[in-house]
Amino acid sequence: MTSQEKSWKEVSPAGVCWKPSTEFLTGDWKTYKPIRDLEKCTRCLLCVLFCPDGAIHWKPEKEDIEFDYDFCKGCGICANECPTNAIEMKLE
Amino acid sequence: MSQEWKFTTKDIAEKPDLFLSGHRACAGCGPATVLRLIMKAVRGPTIVTNATGCMEVVSSIYPYTSWATPWLHTAFETAGANAAGIEAAIKILKKKGRIKQEQIDVIALAGDGGTYDIGIQALSGAVERGHDFLYVLYDNEAYMNTGIQRSGGTPLGASTTTSPAGTVIPGKLEPKKPIADIMVAHDMPYVATAAPYYWRDLITKVRKGLEVNGPAFLHVFAPCPRGWRSDPAKSIELSRLAVETCMFPLWEAADGEYQLSAPSKVVALSPQKKKPVKEYLEVQGRFRHLFTPKFEKMVDEIQRITDEKWQRLLKRCGVKLST
Amino acid sequence: MKDVVKQEVLALNGDEAAAYAAKQSDVDIVAAYPITPQTIIVEKFSEYVANGEVETEFVCTESEHSAMAACLSASVTGARTFTASASAGLALMHEMLFVTSGCRAPVVMAIANRALSAPLNIHGDHSDSMVERDSGWIQIYTENAQEVYDSIVQAFRVAEHQDVLLPVIVGLDGFTLSHTLENVNVLPDGVVKKFVGTRKLPQVLTHEGKAVPFKLDPENPMTMGPIAMPNYYFEFKRQQEEAMKNALDVIKQVHEEYAQMSGRRYGNGLLDAYHIDDAEIVIVCLGSTAGTVKTVVDELRASDVKAGLLRIRTFRPLPVKEIVEALENVKAVAVMDRCMSFGGNGGPVYHEVRHVLYDANKHPYIVNYIYGLGGRDTSPSQIRRIYEDLEKILQTRSVENPIQYVGLRELKEEE
Repeated sequence: MTSQEKSWKEVSPAGVCWKPSTEFLTGDWKTYKPIRDLEKCTRCLLCVLFCPDGAIHWKPEKEDIEFDYDFCKGCGICANECPTNAIEMKLE
Repeated sequence: MSQEWKFTTKDIAEKPDLFLSGHRACAGCGPATVLRLIMKAVRGPTIVTNATGCMEVVSSIYPYTSWATPWLHTAFETAGANAAGIEAAIKILKKKGRIKQEQIDVIALAGDGGTYDIGIQALSGAVERGHDFLYVLYDNEAYMNTGIQRSGGTPLGASTTTSPAGTVIPGKLEPKKPIADIMVAHDMPYVATAAPYYWRDLITKVRKGLEVNGPAFLHVFAPCPRGWRSDPAKSIELSRLAVETCMFPLWEAADGEYQLSAPSKVVALSPQKKKPVKEYLEVQGRFRHLFTPKFEKMVDEIQRITDEKWQRLLKRCGVKLST
Repeated sequence: MKDVVKQEVLALNGDEAAAYAAKQSDVDIVAAYPITPQTIIVEKFSEYVANGEVETEFVCTESEHSAMAACLSASVTGARTFTASASAGLALMHEMLFVTSGCRAPVVMAIANRALSAPLNIHGDHSDSMVERDSGWIQIYTENAQEVYDSIVQAFRVAEHQDVLLPVIVGLDGFTLSHTLENVNVLPDGVVKKFVGTRKLPQVLTHEGKAVPFKLDPENPMTMGPIAMPNYYFEFKRQQEEAMKNALDVIKQVHEEYAQMSGRRYGNGLLDAYHIDDAEIVIVCLGSTAGTVKTVVDELRASDVKAGLLRIRTFRPLPVKEIVEALENVKAVAVMDRCMSFGGNGGPVYHEVRHVLYDANKHPYIVNYIYGLGGRDTSPSQIRRIYEDLEKILQTRSVENPIQYVGLRELKEEE
């Protein structure tokens, strides 16, 4: 982190941020990891909507859901809300 | 009123997130989900201004930002004033031909701290002046960012660090300030309440608020597992319980006309669907003390007050219960 | 050498002069809250808006704190912003002043300098803006309504300059300047509009990886006002300090350009010196009192007393080099402060002048006179007594009372 930090001459006025947070991976926060049972999953997409971190994506080209473990914090909301209990939180 | 926006679940799921992943909110953060959903309802060029608080801090740790829209934070009290300044600037710059966009929506985001208490003056002033903006209150019922201190939005009996449940006093002794009703009393074009479990209702209301000409206020229930000492996995479920117990009913008021929203209407019309407040309170650590012999009478008190407020709301919404 | 532009003379008080200058400066947003003695500024401006004389959105905010928040927000959305306040209003804005300068928003604000409560006092002194000297705002103190007009026009250019990007306070003494009618030479509308020009925005690097104009614009989204942890906050503050340093030259440049156009200058824009070249005893002061001091200097000079006046026009950034140059060879200096710094061993201007001269080759005697608090009038004879005190110091080569109070009622001595 330190080698990339900018000097006072280089920072933008008003603290304008120059990195999107998508470069900051929060996936290592989790203790439990959501694992999906592909057969139970009805692709209702509730998990996609409810994830606080936007770590579950609907991929229309694959017509399937994808979990982004780089950002998943393991909160378990997806598992709790899944109407068919297709998601299980497993210890990492 | 323009044609209502029709959308499918896929439409929303496919819309790119404007509130980006990689923010530092706690695991299971209710407000984070709320923000994601709100940003899904955005209809075009939008500028967001955020009061100091959890969502502001987790999304803007220099040099990282979780905002794909232009975003400004100035201070704690100023969500309403910021929105006023931005909206006025857009208005005049458009007049002078220096802004090319046809329409730029302005969204002011603030927590219960920045709305009920320190921010109420700026909010009230901005609404009185009729600025065209949407104010969204994400209510996690305490000053969470600074360590769970009580706010005007903290409910009766909740234990916070400045209204702790002790041996003598059972948490906060004052009821939750009826902020949304206060906003209706401003004679403003649109006021509504929403909860993240009912995401379709929430997104529809955000869009309505954006479309309205003039100020709109949206009060969104946003559970905080850290502050409420609840299971992070249950943050969305808690928002459902809040509606089902009528502790946080869903309604909207366009030009002061109250209308009960579908999720609460279901509860009104099928009384067996109305859950006792106990079910909501007992899964949160902040109410744990209410389940001790000394303070258990408070649960009845909370039930009584909840029911009274519910009846009053039903009356306002013109919903008659079949007896 | 350009020709001086033909100007019209209007009868305006300081407040009206400020409003007039803002009117001509193509201001986009005015967000303000009324407070005596600035009320005429907002009232006058409201009239201009109501009569369609300006293309400005006037936001009557519900408090000064919100006024500054709205000004700052409008400014970073790309609007040229003007506001005004005084006393308690400025104090209420305190938090937002730091945010505004931290966000590098070039807001211009007229301050009708007035005393702070308690007790409540609506009259002129410098307590309100002096206490904000650390806020990162440029501060210019004016001597008369003419200078108010000239300074506000210049302020937009200074604030918006790419090497500065700092907000500016133009101070005018409450009631003495704000409410007193004077003949003010005003430039033609077109000339002022051309002078202030359109706001040019610097380029900043955003999270999208490109350099874009510094403003809130959905076309080029950027995040402003983030939280900066201990690993970054310091760098931003250093940047602001650099902007202040740059402002010294920019203020002089803009002042000179304006002087060529209007035929009026105030020293070099930073300091306005009167009979200082061979002066032995000098008063240093800010604001309208300088006018009174000039009259006394004239009288003293007529009797061959080597008296002089140094009026500090630009207080922030502090013109260190210029103050040292002006005072180094003076023998005794009386710094007049229209503000107290309780428990601080004298007033703020006294502190600053003294500290600046500490490293100089020669040290004049420097003493402090606290005066005019709460609008108390200061007469020429009281000023004269200050010069007499300075002469006594030179004769006796000692300072009896380094800090004195002008016109304060002391207990009458028993006969």
